[in-house]
Amino acid sequence: MFSIENITHSIDAWLNQTLNPTMVVLVESVIVGISAITLFAVLGLVLVLMERKVSAYMQIRLGPNRVGPGGSLQTVADTLKLAMKEGLTPDGADKFLFNLAPYLVIGVAMLILAPIAFAKGFQIWDINIGVLYISAVSSLSVIGILMAGWASNNKYSLLGAMRSGAQIVSYELSAGLSILSMIVLTGSLRISDIVASQQDGWWIFKGHIPAIISFVIFIIAVTAETNRAPFDLAEAESELTAGFHTEYSGMKFALFFLAEYVNIFIVCAIGATLFLGGWMPLHIGHWTAFNHVMDYIPSSLWFMGKTFSLIFLMMWFRWTFPRLRIDQLLNLEWKYLLPISMFNLLLMTLIAIKGWHF
Amino acid sequence: MAFLKDYITEVYQGVRSLLKGMKLTGYYFTHRKEIITQQYPDNKAEMKLPERFRGEVVMKHDDHNEHACTGCTACELACPNATIKIITKFDITPEGKKKKALDTFIYHLELCTMCNLCIEACPTDAIKMAQNFEHSVTDRSKLTKKLNNPGSKIREGVE
Repeated sequence: MFSIENITHSIDAWLNQTLNPTMVVLVESVIVGISAITLFAVLGLVLVLMERKVSAYMQIRLGPNRVGPGGSLQTVADTLKLAMKEGLTPDGADKFLFNLAPYLVIGVAMLILAPIAFAKGFQIWDINIGVLYISAVSSLSVIGILMAGWASNNKYSLLGAMRSGAQIVSYELSAGLSILSMIVLTGSLRISDIVASQQDGWWIFKGHIPAIISFVIFIIAVTAETNRAPFDLAEAESELTAGFHTEYSGMKFALFFLAEYVNIFIVCAIGATLFLGGWMPLHIGHWTAFNHVMDYIPSSLWFMGKTFSLIFLMMWFRWTFPRLRIDQLLNLEWKYLLPISMFNLLLMTLIAIKGWHF
Repeated sequence: MAFLKDYITEVYQGVRSLLKGMKLTGYYFTHRKEIITQQYPDNKAEMKLPERFRGEVVMKHDDHNEHACTGCTACELACPNATIKIITKFDITPEGKKKKALDTFIYHLELCTMCNLCIEACPTDAIKMAQNFEHSVTDRSKLTKKLNNPGSKIREGVE
């Protein structure tokens, strides 16, 4: 049966035969780095195209349909155009911070990639505090946004960055609490343990209604954390031209753009891991025959399928709901999501202690 | 407890209205027949414009090369940016009386905003909006048009 695990193992074995152990680690790090960068580039191209097509169909339009078959090469053409553009740095900008910010944002996105399990046995770093690591590192990206907004020396950028700060500070809480309520069930922060605990069913089914509530809260909170509509106050193109990346052009703009889509992928991957079982195929209790049939679909396909359905859900939100005002945004978090998720965590703890989940 | 009840109804109604919106966009996403985009230069033959689309002002002429314009200049007065200029002349009726009539209906397409006010002002329905929108020309003077056909005259019985 096709499996990525076998491929990685055979590469590892082959390298061990030909090189000494230090070199093996170095070469493998380089391979991982190159694959991560390739994944980023491919994700950027695919997700931007997907977003444009989804938005077009939701707005009764056709979307890109000229470049390549069915418009499939549109994003490649756009990337080429961006790569050839001049990367302007404004005269009054803080040049060092201005040029550092996009790399910081993309670097943070790359760091979160480390503990994500893409398929069975295919994970860069199975750290024992994987979920904590993810939630800690993902809040760093706001520093990049604040840096970009501040260094641009532009009122729009500064406003966008400050809004983004307020937004992330508040929505981190409910995202963290909804992750916590799943950790209560799994009893481990290690990603591989979390996936393994969903061997006999995904947590969204096993955890009753509290799991569904925390899934909904998680999706809302990460939509806000990735600065996407209806929570795109940091960009808010109708109010702030482009928010924190108003002054960016060329490849530096492309990096921000790429980071947005990579972040979406990452948070959806985390959501898929916590609630929908990661790479674990759809297993129902002890139906051995059914579980075996499901095992024939490769685990990487399961992971990608779940992640992309969550991405589609976020795109669905984006092209349906109007943007919130800043006071509505904070009301939603502090008056609704936070109390509900606190109560939900309490309920989930009760369920976990009493062992009411399946 | 009243507070809690209000809180829960608020959440319930909020979620309900959000789901209603998602249902509509979901319907559009799954039903490609709703797409309204027209791929313009490709579909020139079968292109269908909406009924109320306004492309330019034209004057209606019937088979006998007769129009219904009395030269009353109501359209010229109604026009907000002086797009229409009407030159009148005096016809001699069979009874020997002088009667005001249209000589030339000058229409400056380059100034027109397609606001439809002239068509609404016209008491005899002599002019209408046509759907032709391919107006590009190489010289600005070609946009100044004479709307009444050469040799046309006012239809019998139109006052």
